[in-house]
Amino acid sequence: MTEQAPILILLFPFLTAIFVALLGAKVPAASWPLTIASLGASICATLTTLIQVLENGTIRYYVGGWAPPFGIELRIDGLNALVAVTVATVAFLGAIYSKDRVESETENKGPQYYALYLLLAAGLLGIVITGDAFNLYVLLEIAALTSYALLAMGNKRATLAAFKYLIMGTIGASFYLLGVGYLYIKTGSLNMVDIQEQLIANGLQDSSTVQVAFIMITVGLWVKMAFFPLHAWLPNSYAFGPTTSSSIMAPLVTKVMIYVMVRMVLTVFGPVYAFEVLDWGNIVVWLAVIAILAGSIGALAQKDLRKMLTFLIIAEVGYMVGGVWLVDETGMTGAIYHIISDAFMTLCVFLFAGIVFAKTGARDIYAVDGLFKKMPITMIGFIVGAFSLIGIPPTAGFFSKWYLIQGGINSGNWEYVIALLISSLVNAVLFFRIIEIAYFGKKPAEGHIHHHGDDHTKISEAPITQLIPLLGTAAIILLIGIFNKDLVAVIQDFLEPFNLVAGIR
Amino acid sequence: MKFLGLLTVLITGFLLIQAERDFPDWGDVNSPASSYKLSQHYITQTFAETSVPNMVTAVLADYRGYDTMFETVVIFTAGIAIIGILRVFGSNIKPDHPEVVLTKKKPDLIVETTCRLLIPIIQLFALYVVAHGHHSPGGGFQGGVIFGASFILLALARDLQYAQQWVPENRILNLAGIGIFIYAGFGVASLLLGGNFLDYGVLTAIIPGDVKDAHSHSMLGVEIGVAFTVTAIMFSIYSSLSSNGHMKEGI
Amino acid sequence: MVAIEALADKFNYWVYIVIMMIGLYAMVSKNNLIKKLIGMSVFQTAIILFYVSIGYKDEATIPILYHDQVHGAHHAEEGDHSDEGAHHDETHAMEAIAKEATHHGNDHAVDADHAEVDEHEADHVIDAHVMHNESDHAFEAGHGGLDIDPNQFENPLVHVLMLTAIVVGVATLGVGLAITQKLYGEFGTIEEHEIIEQLRTGND
Repeated sequence: MTEQAPILILLFPFLTAIFVALLGAKVPAASWPLTIASLGASICATLTTLIQVLENGTIRYYVGGWAPPFGIELRIDGLNALVAVTVATVAFLGAIYSKDRVESETENKGPQYYALYLLLAAGLLGIVITGDAFNLYVLLEIAALTSYALLAMGNKRATLAAFKYLIMGTIGASFYLLGVGYLYIKTGSLNMVDIQEQLIANGLQDSSTVQVAFIMITVGLWVKMAFFPLHAWLPNSYAFGPTTSSSIMAPLVTKVMIYVMVRMVLTVFGPVYAFEVLDWGNIVVWLAVIAILAGSIGALAQKDLRKMLTFLIIAEVGYMVGGVWLVDETGMTGAIYHIISDAFMTLCVFLFAGIVFAKTGARDIYAVDGLFKKMPITMIGFIVGAFSLIGIPPTAGFFSKWYLIQGGINSGNWEYVIALLISSLVNAVLFFRIIEIAYFGKKPAEGHIHHHGDDHTKISEAPITQLIPLLGTAAIILLIGIFNKDLVAVIQDFLEPFNLVAGIR
Repeated sequence: MKFLGLLTVLITGFLLIQAERDFPDWGDVNSPASSYKLSQHYITQTFAETSVPNMVTAVLADYRGYDTMFETVVIFTAGIAIIGILRVFGSNIKPDHPEVVLTKKKPDLIVETTCRLLIPIIQLFALYVVAHGHHSPGGGFQGGVIFGASFILLALARDLQYAQQWVPENRILNLAGIGIFIYAGFGVASLLLGGNFLDYGVLTAIIPGDVKDAHSHSMLGVEIGVAFTVTAIMFSIYSSLSSNGHMKEGI
Repeated sequence: MVAIEALADKFNYWVYIVIMMIGLYAMVSKNNLIKKLIGMSVFQTAIILFYVSIGYKDEATIPILYHDQVHGAHHAEEGDHSDEGAHHDETHAMEAIAKEATHHGNDHAVDADHAEVDEHEADHVIDAHVMHNESDHAFEAGHGGLDIDPNQFENPLVHVLMLTAIVVGVATLGVGLAITQKLYGEFGTIEEHEIIEQLRTGND
């Protein structure tokens, strides 16, 4: 069955989701074990696929037995095999965390929550493995619809944010759809690889339709990934949604959109078109610089722990968009590496925020007061994530930032390098402030009346279902950091045929 | 906000008009979309490969069957999402307008008779649309929506409770799930028989006839699955929205 | 004059931009949540119009084979009609135009209409047939016994894509309405600025 692994990646969560939705009405308790089991199976399938890709190169799986472009193909190369493993693993860890929190945070809608959760995971995995531009839109909408619902299950601020997200997300997805339509009208094809072949064969380099298609697709995806000027929907929805929902959406949704952008740039339009013919690399890098700085400044202004983290996501999106448009192989490697490491770092800190919220019921950063004594293991997990976000070796964040900075230097984009360093400094300030409060038990300034944890010395750790994912994530962050050479080798293998030499423009 | 919106609209519109000059003429048979092998193949080869005269059905349920499966999932997701957002479980929570208690008055004779006449015809027509999708415009989505409309008509004419006697909430969800399982079942069956997912060709082992017939018959099965899901979820969306998630009194 | 011609040539492509911009403006600028959703619906409908316009071909009909084409195919497979291919083609082309003219689409009872085609249209049929003859060669090899002119039918692919887009539109609208209803239940209003005002002043 190994040759069927690509389709099994998404069949497991997808079919289980339907099953959970049906069974949930009768046996709600079965939802969680089924979710865990199916996501575990999905991880196995992604790993099988990754091994196959590493051994035999790109896998092309023809769904329905129809050869592309007539049918839909799943096309898995080094890039999406890695991202698929990441997505499945993050979804698995997030699902473990959900167990104790779902009932209290979603008004006893456990089965619906798990069904939507699995459908979100299936949608994201489908986006990652598909090789068809229109199929990607359908799966994009599955991921989006489940996201709206998972967020709207939270409190009323989250509901309003979910509505905003629905409007913005629909604009983004529709722009993408329109871009695909523009490509279709000029090439007559929907298969990603075939579109590129037709673009070259028909000499459409100067066509204004293709240019507008590129703009529409890129802007649509920027809306969906909350790239700076288009980020308005993100902070409130992730900060006020249920902690379980934001622990899967914050790490995955934006990162998968960045993957889609990389895929569009490299596979559909081709680096020559995106970087040489259009030549707006500098503008995008500057936009990314603004995004990084705006995200960092926004984060500094926040007192609410989770809201602070959401602004960090906006800064991180800036890292990766900028990294792609550095037009440098090292920069691109850094951007792809950062997709993977950032997914786990964001998961780690969001899990921590969820645990703190579960324990103290408080949202602001002073909730961590004295946590080193009360929850030492939780804090260890958090410190790994925080160090990774700051960029301290040997965590994953250090290496991905290293490659991004290298790329910035190689391509001479000093403004990007400086923005990255400033942002790392801001992260250091933010996280050391939290660590300080947690360690020294600094009392909040007057006005904060959350008196929690009357006994500061007694150890009261988080439940095991919340600790396992946190520590697992921390371990993975360290592993990705330690095995950075192997990971970079896979990414560079993937990037080699695109011939992204430094200073291509 | 209004100014910003106008600015966005003007910029987007300007961009789209820029591209529009480059388009092939409307209705041009030599435009890339019409002359490329993709659409040509669908038009000329569909019948030879699947023995379905309606190319839209064939492309929908066979060539791009993977898309359509997720399309069904989109509908299912919407149903679950709306239940997740709105549904209020348990009866301890009082409805929004407690003063408006629907008195169980006798239904109007004209409405009653019209429903009695119309609903069976609507349902029969829905089945026709599903079953005849191979030869005329129609198929699972269209038929399912029409079938779902018959229940919505029932709920409008009497009340939601009455309609729910026929299609209770649990049964609706089961129906929707079964629909997707039928669809995915064809895919999984072809996996088990050694083909790729949704490769109807290998189903000749369990479906009588040659490869073309297997394609044609599988498509019918898949459309029926779609119809189940769409019927169920259409009514589910209506009943959730109209009763504000209480599933008690509709409009 | 040139401008009018340019407008007429791409009429649908102009109209969809106008409709889409109306929808987009409502989505971005309106304060009322339901109005935003109406804008969203209009916006998505415009995209559907755009896609369906791609598939349109002059003098083509809906992408469903005629009964007798299907019927003829069975004969061709059995080798019955191999000697009268040319005659066959012409009949089909005529029938195609006949159906176009009478808007019967997939009507099975074409034989009656066939007789009513007037002289002018019959000429047109022959012309069209001659015109298409060259391009026909390309498809002869892969026919599998069927004589189908690709220019006779509209592009089925865009219809399939738009069926998907319609379904997605319905689903999004449903979820949007559900969220709006929940917001109304919690805030008692569907005006965005009033909700934000309540959030700002009230305790969370």
